[in-house]
Amino acid sequence: MITDRYSPVIGLETHVELGTRTKMFCGCTTEFNRDHNGQVCPVCLGLPGSLPVANKKAIEYTIKIGLALHCSIASWCRFARKNYFYPDMPKNFQISQYDEPLCSDGYLDVVVAGSTVRVGIERVHLEEDTGKSLHIGGATGRIHGADYSLVDYNRAGIPLVEIVTKPVDGTGELAPLVARAYVTELRDLLRTLDVSDVRMEEGSLRCDVNTSLSPVGSSVWGTRTETKNVNSLRSVERAVRSEMERQALVLDGGGRVIQETRHFHEDTGTTTSGRSKEEAQDYRYFPEPDLVPIAPPAEWVEEIRASLPELPSARRTRLQAEWGLSDLDMAALHNADALDLVDATVAAGASPADARKWWLGELARRANEASVELAALAITPSQVAVVAGLVAAGTLNDRLARDVIDGVLAGEGSPDEVVAARGLAVVSDSAALTAAVDEAILADPDAVASIRAGRTGAIGVLVGAVMKATRGKADAATVRSLIEQRLG
Amino acid sequence: MSELTRLTAADMSERLRARDISAAELTEAHLDRIEAVDGKLHAFLHVAADKARAQARDIDARRSQQENLPPLAGVPVAVKDVFATVGMPTTCGSRILEGWHPPYDATITRRLKDNGAIILGKTNMDEFAMGSSTENSAFGPSRNPWDLAKIPGGSSGGSSAAVAGYEAPLAIGTDTGGSIRQPAAVCGIVGTKPTYGGSSRYGVVAFASSLDTPGPFGRTVLDAALLHEAMSGHDPMDSTSVDAPVPPVVEAARQADVSGMRIGVVTDLSGEGYQPGVMARFTEAVELLEHLGAKITELSCPHFKYALPAYYLIAPSECSSNLARFDGMRYGLRVGDDGTRDAEQVMRLTREEGFGPEVKRRIVLGAYALSSGYYDAYYGKAQQVRTLIIRDFEAAFGQVDVLVSPVTPTTAFGIGERADDPMAMYLADLCTIPSDLAGNAAISVPCGLADEDGLPVGLQVMAPAMADDRLYRVGAAAEAALTDRWGQPILSGAKGLDA
Repeated sequence: MITDRYSPVIGLETHVELGTRTKMFCGCTTEFNRDHNGQVCPVCLGLPGSLPVANKKAIEYTIKIGLALHCSIASWCRFARKNYFYPDMPKNFQISQYDEPLCSDGYLDVVVAGSTVRVGIERVHLEEDTGKSLHIGGATGRIHGADYSLVDYNRAGIPLVEIVTKPVDGTGELAPLVARAYVTELRDLLRTLDVSDVRMEEGSLRCDVNTSLSPVGSSVWGTRTETKNVNSLRSVERAVRSEMERQALVLDGGGRVIQETRHFHEDTGTTTSGRSKEEAQDYRYFPEPDLVPIAPPAEWVEEIRASLPELPSARRTRLQAEWGLSDLDMAALHNADALDLVDATVAAGASPADARKWWLGELARRANEASVELAALAITPSQVAVVAGLVAAGTLNDRLARDVIDGVLAGEGSPDEVVAARGLAVVSDSAALTAAVDEAILADPDAVASIRAGRTGAIGVLVGAVMKATRGKADAATVRSLIEQRLG
Repeated sequence: MSELTRLTAADMSERLRARDISAAELTEAHLDRIEAVDGKLHAFLHVAADKARAQARDIDARRSQQENLPPLAGVPVAVKDVFATVGMPTTCGSRILEGWHPPYDATITRRLKDNGAIILGKTNMDEFAMGSSTENSAFGPSRNPWDLAKIPGGSSGGSSAAVAGYEAPLAIGTDTGGSIRQPAAVCGIVGTKPTYGGSSRYGVVAFASSLDTPGPFGRTVLDAALLHEAMSGHDPMDSTSVDAPVPPVVEAARQADVSGMRIGVVTDLSGEGYQPGVMARFTEAVELLEHLGAKITELSCPHFKYALPAYYLIAPSECSSNLARFDGMRYGLRVGDDGTRDAEQVMRLTREEGFGPEVKRRIVLGAYALSSGYYDAYYGKAQQVRTLIIRDFEAAFGQVDVLVSPVTPTTAFGIGERADDPMAMYLADLCTIPSDLAGNAAISVPCGLADEDGLPVGLQVMAPAMADDRLYRVGAAAEAALTDRWGQPILSGAKGLDA
């Protein structure tokens, strides 16, 4: 195993598009717009003479994130210009923060394989997003080999928060899982704070993963690579694993890991070399003279702290106690991303056990079959609660309940509508049920004889016959007691 | 020349209000004057004749409806080509912006329009406001109405030439290291650098963001005050704009009273390199102020001698970043886009061809000063010097109400004379740079003609931030006394256009 020979050190840089109504430095809306360059103005286009004005909401959101990550909030800090030329940057510099981040020195605890790992947070800072380049022609969709490029500045100026971890070492073979757990926990935290829609697939949460290996026992860290284009939780884990394997091969062969940017490929699960960082680019950072310093008053910071919602880890502890779940059950719910769904189902009236059973059982299977997230299934927690309620009331048995779920997922309406339309309720008409029981008794004298001889296991044969005759709409327990009465 | 162009802006305002003259005839008189003399002066890069006429007709119509209009309604004004103007080109004197028509107005452009001022057109300037002579304009230099062989100052030299040449009673410019005050001084007119943040930078194409300050030109102190008041005030679009009332500059210009004022003469801004005729007129002006009841003291600002080197690190550093956006990708000049070159090559070719030598010199200087490993020694050190200069001012303003000095060490020099010597050119801003670095307010007021060449000399008055009104009290008092001393307004001596 690689980790017998090498200790991995990982670090993560996460960019989060904030969900403010307007852009970072102008009044343009941040809403998604199909029209390229449909949401731009002189400021976010960087036209000569235009000036930025900082979005207070974005500063508030950043402080919120910093507080939730146990960071210190700067009482005075500045924006800085990061200078480099690229066509998707309207001003050929990005307004960012350099040596004076708004938030610094915090942590986020994550649970991996039953134990807690504390991931240190180096800094949280605020900046503006760039535009998007579309490279037309060529084989790769990248700039090299393209016939021409188009630039869409709708994204330019969207507020972006960069969250940088301290190097995480000592996690050994768990490193890929720690990376994944960190991004998962961070995503849940940001969602709870309601500061971003945190959709990795759509790029509102983007992740760069730094990985290095050093020989076990060495006090000097190895050369790191920075892997970009890591666009899902699964990819975070795979990217670290793949880099660990690749670097181990290089080192085993007596080679030297090159400090560089690498691109992760979703299809192969491997990385390829991007631009070399050996000659680090000089961004000529200097304090942004067009903006005044950010100096959040202490009272405001305290106000924001007081308004923080219950954070995900605290909530998990509370729910676990309320629901009486084991650590393992809770971890299963969390890993399946089912916590919110179960919570909402319980809130809609289902028992925690039922809610957990449906979401982790039947519904997880459906989601897996359809290759979608659990939350993306076309059924709501309150609908699941209704189904669970019908089962508890004896109106449905488990098999019929699955049919109802089929109907809801197929868009046939609410559970009640599906029950009515498909005629799925259990047969509760006792006359009809008694007739079916009598019929079954008459049809199988052997079974009747066995039962009368005390071999009660044979009751199941008759129950099965009744269920078949009623096409599953009977409640098995009721049928059993009717048979016992008749033959008793 | 129509007598109308000889009026002060204050008189124009009065006569327009009395409907003694119309905005249309006033505008026409100035367009005629431009037509007649701008071939010699080259003050304008763009004359917006039709737009000006339409604006004037609108003002006249509104006035005939008895509408109550602001003081500058119907008064013509020339605008430095660094302000974004809808419907007019904005070139900053650079080839790289040739053909760009901004889709938006600078806040000050908008305020001029809202005040009913008639925008005659856009005036020439050193490329991106870098220079002291307009010789760095990509479209050729402007000339000094006192002597067409001399520079009109810079970078706002088109604006100063237009006002001194009676092409416009008022003009706006920008001052980053002296670009309003030095042209005003060498053209014998009044020019003010307001407090940094007192006038909006929104829509002013940036040279050095922490220094750029828009301000007014006029032929009299009161005229400059009228424009100063109209163009100033808080702008939420500019984060560095001061959210406070505009200092009462017009009232101060009318008061023109210096009795009991404490005036400090900065001894560091004199001596070697200062033309004797400049020092003679300056000393005489100080004596006149003392005679009017001001209390004169001499004091030293020991760090002013480091202002010039600090400025030539800070301004180029900011410019290297501000000018990065001119890359041919989105607007203006684009060179080499023939389908075989990639974006980076097109950017290089565009910048190579689009920028003039002085702009390139400063971009290279600034990029070097900001680069990793040199930042602390250059940009960082310059910012420390800036702090020391601010402290010099604070100490001085603890003792006196205003400071005075010459505006520039010499009178107007000849076109071409310093073109190949950047250091000699930079020295023109020796006295004006400290106020830019400190962000406080300063004015240039004509104080007579130098004996050796008969060219105008400027008196600089400097005041603490947001005490701009003091400039006008001292300026107006000096102006009145000097007019008595010379028997007529100093500008009456300008004969360059008579030939």
